[in-house]
This record gives sequence, C-alpha cells and structure tokens, in this order.
Amino acid sequence: MKYETVIGLEVHAQLLTDSKLFCGCRTRFGAGPNTQVCPVCLGMPGVLPVLNAKAMDYALKMALAVNCAVNKKSVFARKNYFYPDLPKGYQISQYSEPLAEKGFIDIENLGSARRIGITRIHMEEDAGKLLHGEGPDEEGASLVDLNRTGVPLIEIVSEPDIRTPDEAVSYLKAIRDILVYLEICDGNMQEGSLRCDANVSIRPAGEKKLGTKIELKNMNSFKFLKDAVVYEIDRQTEAVESGERVIQETRLFDPSAGVTRSMRTKEEAHDYRYFPEPDLLPLIVGEDDIEKARSSMPELPAGKKARFIKEYSIPAYDAGVLTAHRRLADFYESSVRLFGEPKTVSNWVMGELLRLLNEHSKDITDSPVTPEKLAALLKLVKNGDISGKAAKEVFEEMFTTGRDAASIVNEKGMTQISDEGELARAVDEAIGRNPDSVEKYRAGKTKLLGFFVGEVLKATKGRANPGLVAELVKKKLS
Amino acid sequence: MPITKKDVEHVAELARLALTEEEKELYTGQLQRILDYVETLSGVNTRGVPPTTYTVPERKAVRADTVIGSIPQEDALSNAPEKAKGCFRVPRIIE
Repeated sequence: MKYETVIGLEVHAQLLTDSKLFCGCRTRFGAGPNTQVCPVCLGMPGVLPVLNAKAMDYALKMALAVNCAVNKKSVFARKNYFYPDLPKGYQISQYSEPLAEKGFIDIENLGSARRIGITRIHMEEDAGKLLHGEGPDEEGASLVDLNRTGVPLIEIVSEPDIRTPDEAVSYLKAIRDILVYLEICDGNMQEGSLRCDANVSIRPAGEKKLGTKIELKNMNSFKFLKDAVVYEIDRQTEAVESGERVIQETRLFDPSAGVTRSMRTKEEAHDYRYFPEPDLLPLIVGEDDIEKARSSMPELPAGKKARFIKEYSIPAYDAGVLTAHRRLADFYESSVRLFGEPKTVSNWVMGELLRLLNEHSKDITDSPVTPEKLAALLKLVKNGDISGKAAKEVFEEMFTTGRDAASIVNEKGMTQISDEGELARAVDEAIGRNPDSVEKYRAGKTKLLGFFVGEVLKATKGRANPGLVAELVKKKLS
Repeated sequence: MPITKKDVEHVAELARLALTEEEKELYTGQLQRILDYVETLSGVNTRGVPPTTYTVPERKAVRADTVIGSIPQEDALSNAPEKAKGCFRVPRIIE
C-alpha cells in the first residue's frame, strides 16, 4: 500500500531584542550562568511582567512577512507545568487568542512551487537551560541556568501542508531566511536561537483523515530535521504494515544513532490548564503599530530573487544563491551598480568570494573585499590590464590582505602583456624552439595553435594576453 | 458536573500534591460543593456577552526595549537549597 506523509512544523525563534520579554534583563548569549536574571524572570512572588514593545514590533513584522492576519487584540495565557527550567511553574504564552493567524508562504522544492499555510504566530517567553552535570559531584544532578528564562520567542505554527522531508527542510529554510532578512532573529540552530519541532503522521494515499501524529523534538540542524522525519516515516510505515498501531507520543531525535526515541515521561498527557495571564492586559495592536512594522520591512527573499532574475537577467540559480543572505544581496547589488555586467559580477561573488568566505568562516559583512574593490579589480580585467586567471590570484590576495587590486598587480608585475612588439618577440622565440611543431602546423595540424599559445604563456609567466598571442601565431605561421 | 475521586487524583498529581486517602475523599466532596455553587452562574443567559477576563480598561501597556540590569548571581541563588557552578542544583532530569 502507498502512504502519504503529513508534516506540520512548529518553529520557535528567539527575537533579537536587547532586553527580555517581560523584564529589563539582558538577553545576550553566553554570559555566566544566572547573571542575567532578576526577580521577574526568576518568578519571585509579587513581581509584575511588562511587555517589551520591540518584541511586539518584531513579532508583527514576521506576521506581515508570512501574510498573517494580525489580531487587534490578543491575550497572554499561563501554560502550567512543572519543570526545573521554568521557575514560575508556568510559561507565559498565548493560547486561544494569538497575535496573528491564517498566513502562508510559498516555498520552492525541487523546482516546483508550493504554498504552505501558517496556522498562527504567537509570542511567548523562553525557558531556562538545563545542564546535565558531569564529574563525581554532579552525578545524579542537573544544573539550572535561568539566563534564557524570559527571552522573547515567537512560535510559528504551520498547517499540516508539508508532504516530504525535503519540503520540511525547504519550509524551515524559507522561514529562517525571512527571520534573518527581517533582522529579528539570528537563525542560529546550533545555539538554539531557532528551534523546530515536527508533527509527523502517515495515512493511506487518498485518505482524507489524518493519521496519529508523532511530535519530534531535538533537531538542531536542517540535516537532523530531514534525518528525523525520514526515520519516522519508515518507522511508522513499518508499524502500520505489520498491523501495529502508532501511538501518539513525543519522540526525541538522537543524532548520533540517527533514530527517534520515545520520551518516556511520567508527566500525564498534556494538561497545561491554560488560563488568561492576570498580570498582563490583553495586547492591543493599533493600526499605527502595524503601519510602523510594515514601513520598516525590507524586501523579502522571494521578492528579491524574482527582482534579481528580472532586473539583472541572471539565472534563477544565481539569484537564489545571491539572495540567500540579505547582506550578500546588498554586496552584489552595490558591485553591479559600480561595475555593471551583472552575470560577470554574479560569477565572481558566487565563485571566488563565497569560496573564500567559506574557507575563512567569514560572514559577508566581514569581507575584506568590498564592492568598490571588487569593481576596481573587474575593471582591470575588462581593460585587458590583467588576465582573468591572474585576477583570481589577485582576488585571493585582496581577500587575505585587504589591499586593493591595483597595488597588488603593480607590486607583483602581473600586468598583462598586450604590447604587440613584446609579444611578437616571444612568439618568434616559441616558433624558433619548435621546428617540428611548426612543420606539422603548416601541414594542417592547426590544433597545435593551443600549444604555441601555451609556450608563450609559459615563457611570460602567464602575463601574455592569450587572444593577441593566438592572432600573432596564426599570422606568423600562415 | 460530578467530581470523582479520579479527578481529584489527577489534579493533585498535576499540582504535585501528595494526598492521603482521607484527604482525597474529603476534597472530592468539598470540590463538588464548590463547583455546584459556581454552577449557579450557568443559569444566567450570557449569549452574546464576552467573558470579563479583565476588569480594568483595556489599553496598551508596553515598555521600551531597555536593559535595566539584573541582580548578582549570589542573590539569584540565595534561596536555592542546593547550588553548584553558579547554577541551581536539582535532581537529575534525564537518565
């Protein structure tokens, strides 16, 4: 029997505010344990939370970016459960009245476009971090760091519209790209500022009713998301085919074994006893708030990609790579503005620049080569001052030293030789050295043209203008 | 709505309350009486009336995204029965 997979993703994104969602503690990652806490986020009696306006603004931006309808009034609720990373005994979240609902994004998967619905976006506070102690002292103990407690999150819940593991990855990438473009989340899955849970079920192809869903957790990379979903589809298919029943549960992905495992908790079935948070007024979003969020939104990845294809006449693949990061796209556009020739610039940015950035683990914003310097280098190539091959060498030097192209070219004497007199001498020498080849060439083996050009290039340490050399060889041997 | 001993056990479990058998019996009866009393409200026709979740006028209550600062680590941990390495120390959560 053929089965269809049904996947929905819940994405948690930490918002890049300076202070926490409900108090004035710093949110910076990596501070000493329990140094960014105060009575509010520690859950001391008698304290009152007050909503961070910027967190609301950021959440609104995301809501607008994924075409959600914003609720003019949303309500914070207490989600009650006991866990040591949650000092209050409840998490302030939104439940029946979230900030935004009913959106969608269009994703591209294997060349075809798909629309994935967004059920809702709500705001909530993050929980603390549990460290499972090592060493004899910490045997049987867990350590709790509450710095992360109260850091603002948005949860983006998709409709169960996703059908394959690859599509799940494409969706998550699209969400991450939008968050990063909006500069409201750094999108770092390893550090946990972007987290993803997946609800996965299977059903016989054609069946309308949803199968029993499994919630998958602990996938902190795109690869792990894919691996976990692939494993889970196999596991569920096997279970159903051997006549077992899939039991609704939460399973943890174990990246080292590549399997998902049941989380055997003593916790009774999810019973969070949500109720409206009495310490916070409902969140009233005004037209002015929405307008403010809308007016400061940048062009989003999908729109930018479409514009690049149209405006610069570059292939969709190039446009996709160049718009994957907002700053990379900016770099590209600045370079094109300075030099023109969009496809040439695209080749350099996607080729040499990205290669070196990757090799040096550098971000585009830290690139030692600026659009101005790249444009200056490309002008040297265009004017025939240096060869394309030499330009790559110069570029690498520019990247490692931060110097500009002209000074490197001058210092190394890499200027291309385009002087006919000088080239003619080199051609004559090459002809003189190879009488056999000359004879064969004259006898009709014109393929040897490349050989002569190579000889001249070798003799000039690659500085000869190959086009001119070829012409001269032809002329002299005709 | 009838309250059973099972309901009491469930709520007690969620609230991490260890109840004796006698307490369970006692609270089952008490909770039943409380809920019956509140049930009186169900007699009122509230069709079209939104729930009064908040009794103060609705308005926007937000603060600017400003870091005010935190308290020292030793103060944060001063109520902790056990602590280690700047952290609260609790019984191990996962095996």
